Amino acid sequence: MGILEVKNVNKRFGGLQALGDVNLSVAENTVHAIIGPNGAGKSTLLNCLVGKLIPDTGSVMFAGQSVLGRKPYEINQMGISRVFQTPEIFGDLSVMENMMIPLLAKRDGSFRMHAIESLEDERELRAEAEKMLDEVNMLDKQDMHSASMSRGDKRRLEMAMCLIQRPKLLLLDEPTAGMARADTNNTIDLLKEIKEKRDITMCIIEHDMHVVFSLADRITVLAQGTPLVEDTPENIKGHPKVKEAYLGEAA
Amino acid sequence: MLGIKGKDLSVFILVAVLALLAPFLLNPFPVDSAMAQFNAGYPDLMQRFVIFGIFAIGFNILFGLTGYLSFGHAAFLGVGSYAAIWMMKLVSLNIVPGIIMAIVFAGLFSVLVGYISLRRSGIYFSILTLAFAQMSYALAYSVLTPITGGETGLQIKPGDTPLLSNVAEGEIGRANFFGLEMSDSSVITLGGWEFTMNVGYYVCAVVMIAAFYLAIRIFRSPFGMMLRAVKSNQQRMNYTGLNSKPYTLAAFVISGMYAGLAGGLMVAMDTQVGPERMFWTASGEVVLMTILGGAGTLIGPVLGAGFIKYMENIVSKINSTVLHEWFAFLPDGMEDFLVTIFYPFVGKGWHLTLGLMFMAVVIFLPGGLVQGGQKIAAMFRGKKAAEKDGKTANQQTPAE
Ligand SMILES: Nc1ncnc2c1ncn2[C@@H]1O[C@H](COP(=O)(O)OP(=O)(O)OP(=O)(O)O)[C@@H](O)[C@H]1O
Ligand SMILES: [Mg+2]
Repeated sequence: MGILEVKNVNKRFGGLQALGDVNLSVAENTVHAIIGPNGAGKSTLLNCLVGKLIPDTGSVMFAGQSVLGRKPYEINQMGISRVFQTPEIFGDLSVMENMMIPLLAKRDGSFRMHAIESLEDERELRAEAEKMLDEVNMLDKQDMHSASMSRGDKRRLEMAMCLIQRPKLLLLDEPTAGMARADTNNTIDLLKEIKEKRDITMCIIEHDMHVVFSLADRITVLAQGTPLVEDTPENIKGHPKVKEAYLGEAA
Repeated sequence: MLGIKGKDLSVFILVAVLALLAPFLLNPFPVDSAMAQFNAGYPDLMQRFVIFGIFAIGFNILFGLTGYLSFGHAAFLGVGSYAAIWMMKLVSLNIVPGIIMAIVFAGLFSVLVGYISLRRSGIYFSILTLAFAQMSYALAYSVLTPITGGETGLQIKPGDTPLLSNVAEGEIGRANFFGLEMSDSSVITLGGWEFTMNVGYYVCAVVMIAAFYLAIRIFRSPFGMMLRAVKSNQQRMNYTGLNSKPYTLAAFVISGMYAGLAGGLMVAMDTQVGPERMFWTASGEVVLMTILGGAGTLIGPVLGAGFIKYMENIVSKINSTVLHEWFAFLPDGMEDFLVTIFYPFVGKGWHLTLGLMFMAVVIFLPGGLVQGGQKIAAMFRGKKAAEKDGKTANQQTPAE
């Protein structure tokens, strides 16, 4: 049994079958990549995992519990964090504030509102945020207005915001899209490092095969909403079906 | 000091000093001078400055922090007023119980309104709050007449004998603060100047300073941070494991209680209330105050409230005779010409002036008057720095 078990998930948007009978099993403490051409349904699948969409049929189990019918914030509390395809950060706020929010959310939940205490006194949280920022090499940017940063930085910030909550499962939707080569390599190193340091399962959607083959333990190929194959990177590389559906396009 | 520091502390001290010295600062012109009509230092108006300041400070906790634009906050002002007047009619002419009940009832009502309205966001939220407020207004006007006095409203009458206060037969009870009557004033005369120190005003001013202090603490708290996060990116907030509903509801209720406090103080200063206090224009006014001053900034709402109330009470009093006096030194033709030009903007036309100013602020200074002040300050600082050593290491400060 994997930490994430997706069974027979279907999702239609009007006449479009975005997901058709998707089965996916992600083993604990592995990096599982999902690849597939544009419009294959990769983001839709993630949306079904985090409660943004509810599948028409099928089941999604995380750590033995169903996520279906739960609100996004409840699913997050179960230990799933998500990095979006377009960075979702608190653009009006500084980098440090962006880091404090997930920490406060995790510590306080919804019913412990500290309305009179000063944010300045949260030294422990601040130290934790600084440590995380240091890990993603953004400590020098902590006072920056987050909306004014480069796309790569925004993405790294979002990743840090997810990681600081110590999720069991991290979902990454094209974490290197729009990044320069050097930034992409940094991201690969960062994810590897994080993987080594803690117990975390990652599910990563990526178009960049360099990233996929550097990180993934297993790969699922999705095409037109249905998984074509699931295998190790070595086997996927030479798989004829995959070449036809996906790699063939790039080559 | 007091758990706030740096810039916040300076802003707090500034507001406190302005409020406490208002009777002097607002009366800069000698009584018999031609400019005396610009004096705003009379109790009635000063009370309105600070009461609407409280209203706007509270509104800003909701709108400035969470971005939820309520168009129905006058309902809470009204509920607070009705609660306060009933306390004064029945229980005590001391304003304290009345004000406490005003806050309590406005708070309870805002739990109801907030719980329902916050199920939607954006324009739908605004419309829901507006609907609630208009409904309250209409009900106060009609079916609730036994409680609200309908069209004529409620006031303290000769027959009212509150339980805890001794009112002689036939006498009209007067609001007091442990014996100090709200209407008590002492006038200080210095040369040609007159300054009125009024008990009611100082009660309001002290309450306003306290309310402002609390708002600063809320703005700088983890709670305030979460509210900002909700405003900034609701999507990210949802996936950050926090149910934002209780937070926004808490902000809504707090701002409703501020409105109730303002309503209670209004009654304490002038013991009467009518349903028009809940009319939608009253809800709109606090929106204007907050945006004009600078939503999301600490001092903005206070400035906005003062500004609008000043316009309403001072600019509206300038009539054509006054204009003719001003331009009397010019040749007749010129005088008439200028009077014709200025006339639409003053007197009853003050709404036009306000409207134009509001448009100008929204278009050129989206951060409100506070942003205007910052720009001017930055200009001066920029010049000085340039004169000193030609460095342009000028840090732009965020709008707080
Ligand atoms: N909310 C929605 N409503 C209607 N159709 C949708 C919705 N979300 C996705 N789709 C459609 O479902 C299909 C799968 O979209 P999805 O975003 O999951 O693809 P993807 O694999 O993530 O592609 P990309 O690589 O471009 O991100 C697409 O045809 C898309 O247009
Ligand atoms: Mg996608």
